[in-house]
Amino acid sequence: MIKKRIIACLDVKDGAVVKGVNFIDLEHIGRPAEMAKRYNQEGADELVFLDISKTQEGHELMLDVIRDTARELFIPLTIGGGIRTTEDIKQLLDAGADKISINSAAIENPGIIRGASRRFGSQCIVLAVDVKYDNQVEDYYVYTHGGTKKTEIKALDWIAEGEAAGAGELLITSMDHDGVKSGFDTQFLKQAANLVNIPVIASGGAGSINHFVDLFQNTNVSAGLAASIFHREEVNIGDLKQELLENGIEVRL
Amino acid sequence: MIGIIDYSLGNTGNLVNALKKLGYESVITKDKNVLSSCEAIILPGVGHFGYAMNIINTSGLKDIIVELSKYKQLIGICLGMQLLFEHSEEGNAHGLGILKGSIARIDTDLTIPHLGWNTLTSNYQSLNGKDVYFIHSYKVSASEYTIAETDYNSNIPAIVKKENITGIQFHPEKSGETGLFILKNALDGSF
Repeated sequence: MIKKRIIACLDVKDGAVVKGVNFIDLEHIGRPAEMAKRYNQEGADELVFLDISKTQEGHELMLDVIRDTARELFIPLTIGGGIRTTEDIKQLLDAGADKISINSAAIENPGIIRGASRRFGSQCIVLAVDVKYDNQVEDYYVYTHGGTKKTEIKALDWIAEGEAAGAGELLITSMDHDGVKSGFDTQFLKQAANLVNIPVIASGGAGSINHFVDLFQNTNVSAGLAASIFHREEVNIGDLKQELLENGIEVRL
Repeated sequence: MIGIIDYSLGNTGNLVNALKKLGYESVITKDKNVLSSCEAIILPGVGHFGYAMNIINTSGLKDIIVELSKYKQLIGICLGMQLLFEHSEEGNAHGLGILKGSIARIDTDLTIPHLGWNTLTSNYQSLNGKDVYFIHSYKVSASEYTIAETDYNSNIPAIVKKENITGIQFHPEKSGETGLFILKNALDGSF
């Protein structure tokens, strides 16, 4: 049977991997290509590379950095951040991406998911959704531009729409949990994963091995993603997978 | 030299990286003379069956691939594997017809695409129990060619082989050390 996936995320700015709390206060951690090689050896099931400032700064695609990252990486690589056109997608796939994650551009131009999945296949189009809970309305809303802009779109509506448009996978980041290390937002992720029939990657909030056990025991998501706890080896991927196995959760060793 | 068939579908860069890691030089081309001088040929591909066959038909690649398949080590990967067969539901299109069989959508209550690491079952000790990375929504029909399969509510052929022709449904170039090992075996025909 298919295994639950553990995904390491590289948040990249100006060619370096960074990590911030709640999307701000960034700290440099390392070079993408070196870290990709490390995760390839440590047993990560996939790598996600996000150019976190491109949407706002609008700079060119980091094609050289991505080529370098892909060179010694024999696990799937997803690239995201500021991707706006099918031409962007073509260039990134040629540079070594296996999947493309689209976030803000899909809100501004919902046709991009449909167009891209037709041209390149659903399997390489990931819809990334940053969600945040609104206490007043008591519902989750979609945010864009690296979590800086609120939209009036309800998160579950948007997720269903993304699936219908042809997204092959969803990457859901719970902004209230991101960087806080208090656990995944299993309440929302459970609803999201039950709503759609495509794989969901959970992101935001992982601080310990138990948080992943909790995630996979309480939701139907396909994968858990984390960044800094893996970068700093607060959680070792091998130990994490061992513990998941002991809890009856199938993973690749 | 390994020839990677160029029909503008699929991220061939990663295949080149994997081949390099295994010590093979490779060339991405649609030139028949170049392809026929290669020791083995790979038909890569991601995306839509009907769209891919349309490109292969209009570019004249179909006759070249069918001809080379008669004597050359030929490996189809993912969509490239499916294209080797006769027909697919995806786009209701005819394939290359090099192998007998057809492609249908995976029938399951589980999430589609069948995406992630899944385990091979095979009579080959070197393949059995190994985890590899799949990403696809359609599958090849069961046949005598299957040498490894995987379970996703139903059996999915994962590797097919007929003489000099090998089809690999998963992505060996993205399946870690196991994938590189399988790619190497497919290239030197040692399955």
